[in-house]
Parts: sequence; C-alpha cells; structure tokens
Amino acid sequence: MAERTLMKGNEALAEGAIRAGCRFFAGYPITPQNEVPEYMSWRMPQEGGFFIQAESEVAAINMLFGSAATGARVMTSSSSPGISLKQEGISYCAGADLPIFYANVVRGGPGLGNIAPAQGDYFQATRGGGHGDYRVFVMAPNSVTEMANFPKRCYDVAFKYRVPSMILADGILGQMMEPVEFDFDPVDPDTFPEFDWTIGDAAGRERRVVKSYDLRPGRLEEWNFERQKRFDTIEAEESAWDSEGIDDCELLVTSYGSCSRISKSAVKLARDNGLAVGLLRPITLYPFPKRAFKEAAKGVKNILVVEMSLGQYIEDVQLSVEGAAPIHFHGRPAGGIPTAEEIYEIIKKIMGK
Amino acid sequence: MKVVFEETKGLTGVPMRYCPGCGHGIAHRLVAEVIEELGVRERSVGVVPVGCSVFLDEYINCDGIQGPHGRGPAIATGIKRSKPNVIVFSYQGDGDLASIGMAETIHAAARSENITIIFINNAIYGMTGGQMAPTTLVGMRSTTCPAGRSIEVNGYPFKMCELLATLPGASYLARTSLDKAANVIKTKKAIEKAFKTQIQGKGFSMVEILSPCPTDWGMTPRAAIDRLKDEMIPYFPLGVYRDWEKEEKERAKAREEDKVEA
Repeated sequence: MAERTLMKGNEALAEGAIRAGCRFFAGYPITPQNEVPEYMSWRMPQEGGFFIQAESEVAAINMLFGSAATGARVMTSSSSPGISLKQEGISYCAGADLPIFYANVVRGGPGLGNIAPAQGDYFQATRGGGHGDYRVFVMAPNSVTEMANFPKRCYDVAFKYRVPSMILADGILGQMMEPVEFDFDPVDPDTFPEFDWTIGDAAGRERRVVKSYDLRPGRLEEWNFERQKRFDTIEAEESAWDSEGIDDCELLVTSYGSCSRISKSAVKLARDNGLAVGLLRPITLYPFPKRAFKEAAKGVKNILVVEMSLGQYIEDVQLSVEGAAPIHFHGRPAGGIPTAEEIYEIIKKIMGK
Repeated sequence: MKVVFEETKGLTGVPMRYCPGCGHGIAHRLVAEVIEELGVRERSVGVVPVGCSVFLDEYINCDGIQGPHGRGPAIATGIKRSKPNVIVFSYQGDGDLASIGMAETIHAAARSENITIIFINNAIYGMTGGQMAPTTLVGMRSTTCPAGRSIEVNGYPFKMCELLATLPGASYLARTSLDKAANVIKTKKAIEKAFKTQIQGKGFSMVEILSPCPTDWGMTPRAAIDRLKDEMIPYFPLGVYRDWEKEEKERAKAREEDKVEA
C-alpha cells in the first residue's frame, strides 16, 4: 500500500478507478485525456472488466447508463466539448438515480478552444450540467496522488446516495507525472452486496424498471424532493477542504485544483516575506465547503480568489463568505496559467506592501 | 375443460392506451409471447425508447430501462457487456432508430453487438403529433412537410434493412408487416428468430416491422392498412435481408464443393 509509483495523472486516474472496482469503461478520444481510455483498453481486461471505444461521447455515456443499471461500477472520461455532449445522458443517470463516475480533464474553451489546461467548466460541473434539478458530486484533485485516490471516494458517495459523481481535473493534472501513493486497498466488485434497484435478473423477484420519467400528476415533483433530500445530506456530510495558515492570516487566498498548487507557492512566497497570508482550497466543489469558508473569512481583511477562468469559482466563494470580507479576483481564461510571482504581486498590492 | 388460449405471461395485463388501429399493441404482444415461449422472460431487459412506445415498460412483463431518444443500442450494449446472460432488446421507432439514433444503430450492428432490435417503421413521428420521419415516403404529408415530403428538401427515406445488410456484423435482419394476419404470423417468426440469434450468441439482430399509424396519417384504420399494402411495402420490400444460419450453411456447402473440386 505504501508503495510509491511514478505515474502520469490520467493513468493514475484510470488505475485509481479500477482499484476502486470500476469494471466498465466507455470513452471516446479527445485531448488531453487520451491516456485514460488508452490505459483502460489494456488494463480493464486484466481485471475481467470491459472497455469499449464508443462511436461518440453520446453513445459512451448511454453505454454507462445501461451498465450502471446492472449495478456495475462504471466510468467514462472526456474533456470539455465531450463532457458537454454527455450532459443529456448524465441528466438521465441523475433522473434514474444511477450511480456513475466520470472525469473531465478540462481544456480551454468555449467551443473547440484549445488543449491547454483551464478551469472554464466550473459552472457546468457544479451546477448540474445537464437539464433538470440535480447536482453531481464533484471532486477537484490538485496532485497525481489525488487523481489516483479520488475515484474511490467518488464511487463511495455515488453508490451511497445514488447520484452521479465526477472528478474535475485539467490538462496539467492529466499530463504531469508525480509519485503516487494509493490510500486504499483494491476493491473487489464481486464482494459488493446485491442492490435492490438493478435490472437484468428478475427470477424470484418483482420486475424492475429503471427510468427517469413519471407523468402522473405531482409524482415527479415528489421524486425531485426526495432526491433533493439526498443532496441536502451530501451538502451536510460530504464536503472536504484543505487549508494552510488560515488561523492567523490577514489575506485569505483561495483556488481549487491545479491552480491551488500555484496559489500555494504564491502564499509560501508571501509568508517567507513576512506577510500574513493563508490558503483555503475546496477538495469537493459540490458540495462546496461553505462552513469552512464562512469560518475562515471571519477576521480576515481581504480575500483573493485565483482561478483559471473569468469569474466562475468566485461565485461560490461569495455565496459562502456572505460579505464577511472584500473579495479580490484574479482570473486567467482558456489556457492562461497564472504564475506564483504574478499572484504574489497581487497579494502585495492588496496588502499595501 | 381444456384451455385452448390464454394471454401470455409476457404481458402485464395493463390495458394499452394506443390509438385505434395502431400497430404497437400487436408488436408488443408478439415480443411478449416470444420471450415467454423461449423461456427467457425473467432474464430479459427491454430498452424503452422515446416516442409513443415510451410506455412499453408498463405492458411487457420483464425488466426495463427507459433512456434518451435514439440511444437504445448504446444502452443495450452497456447492459449486455456487463451481464452477457441477460437477453436485451431495444424497441425503437423510426425517428428514434434512423434519425437521432442512426449512429448508435449502425455501430451496434458493426460491432455485431449481441442484442435484438425491434424497429417499428410507421414513417411518422407519432407521439409528437405527426412530423416527418427519416422513413416518411416521398410525397407523404406530415405536419413538417404539409405539402408532402419533397426529394429536393428532405431527400429520400432510409431503407434500414438494406443499409445494415451491407455490414458483416449484422447477423439477422428481416422486414415484416402488420397489414394482415399472415404477415403478423411471419412477424412473430422473425422476432423469434431474432431472439434465438441472441440466445445462441450469434450477434446483432433486427426486425423492422412496417406498422400503421392511422391517427398521424390522418386515416381510418382500414385506410391505413391499405397504405401499408399499397405504398409502404412497395418501397420497403418485405423479406429476410441477413440470416447467419443460412449464410453458415451456404459457406459450409461452398467448402464442401471446393473439397470435391480439389
């Protein structure tokens, strides 16, 4: 377990999913996530699982829809435009209460954009993404080790609450190599209990139907309320965050994902120069760790949001701190990557140094 | 007393709400009878489309899954590859299978996905109120081609059996019709053969069923049957387009003949 292996982010993500019990993967090529399906194509058969390169992202997510309905731990991965194509299917999974796991290795957008790392899909990831009232459990790793370990957490939450789950990464996390340490033992899907919602073997039980529609008056509203209760519990119990030096800081810096690594360097630079700066990073983007932000905002003079998009992540910070301190913003879109020095300069300016 | 007829256990007994003269009821019953008679009902999953037959799961007495418009073959693929012992059929209309879901249909056939498709071709979008379908005949009126389908604007209707027959992966393809009792019986035989193809692990099977839609054709049920005979069947010829069993026999025979010549 404590063994450390040098892995590329995308491969760590794929291996992490397999170790978490994933036995069905359907995907479609798109940069910068191609290592995920490539890795799955040879690795999945070793575990008795099934890999397929689908004819499109649309087909891939619907293959997941079918497989997930049999109770399998399923996965797909893509990058921004491909995730957009999958949104209808993700909405159906949410509507039919099917647990699925997918990863968005985000690239620059909108449109075809470019293949550079970006964070422009924050709204899409954290607000549901497809049509209808639902959310997706979203984790934002900032290292290759987290890419490897978060799929397990995603499956656990997805199956506990029967909701979609995802990892929001980007081209930096997908492409870079780092030592990886798995924090869990491989999961054997054959040891999972029988679920009372799967289809495919009706002998000795009532037949079941997996569906997302209900045309009876009032019933769909009830169903949505029931699902929302699960999301309320997720919001209360499943959020995660990480912080550094926030107890005595005057300026709170916040970023998520790969951008939080850069902000971390900037905060270190500031602290080395005697500035009281702290860092707060959400590990789950939905549920957003609102209480942690509200607490951290108490007593700070300023907050700086740094994101690789033009004002998406900042909205959750604003909603969480509820005006407790002035919020400053630094955003770089579509493949622009801030440097620690650039952030440090902004920190100095805000603090009047 | 001797029981001479009873309703198949393949149907739930829920009264069907289809329009008078609609073909779905007949097609549902044939599928229900076949999965019961072949003894696979309890391990069957019906993939339910978007369209009038979105209520299929209420009527056919087996597990079901209802998914996005046109994606039946992809959903069926996910089920079959995860649980190969499950008998999976995807029931689809012409808009579902040949328009929005064309890619899924063709690729499932190309992979020889071991699933069965029941394709109801009534040349119209029924549930949405009679819009033009990919199989609407040239000259036929719909709410989105009120003057009749024109080749200039809309091109030609798809002949799905003929199109899929070009793929090596298509193991069994047949086109039948619900215009008369004899053809209903032939339809049941084709459905049975399609399911047997899957049960024996022989790959992709599809039965295209020409079916009347009196309501959206703006016709009486009787006149709709006449249209099936007089307009649909001439453009969509009935018959078996691929039959793996026959092809296997032919190949075996050809090998024998080669040996004799050698």
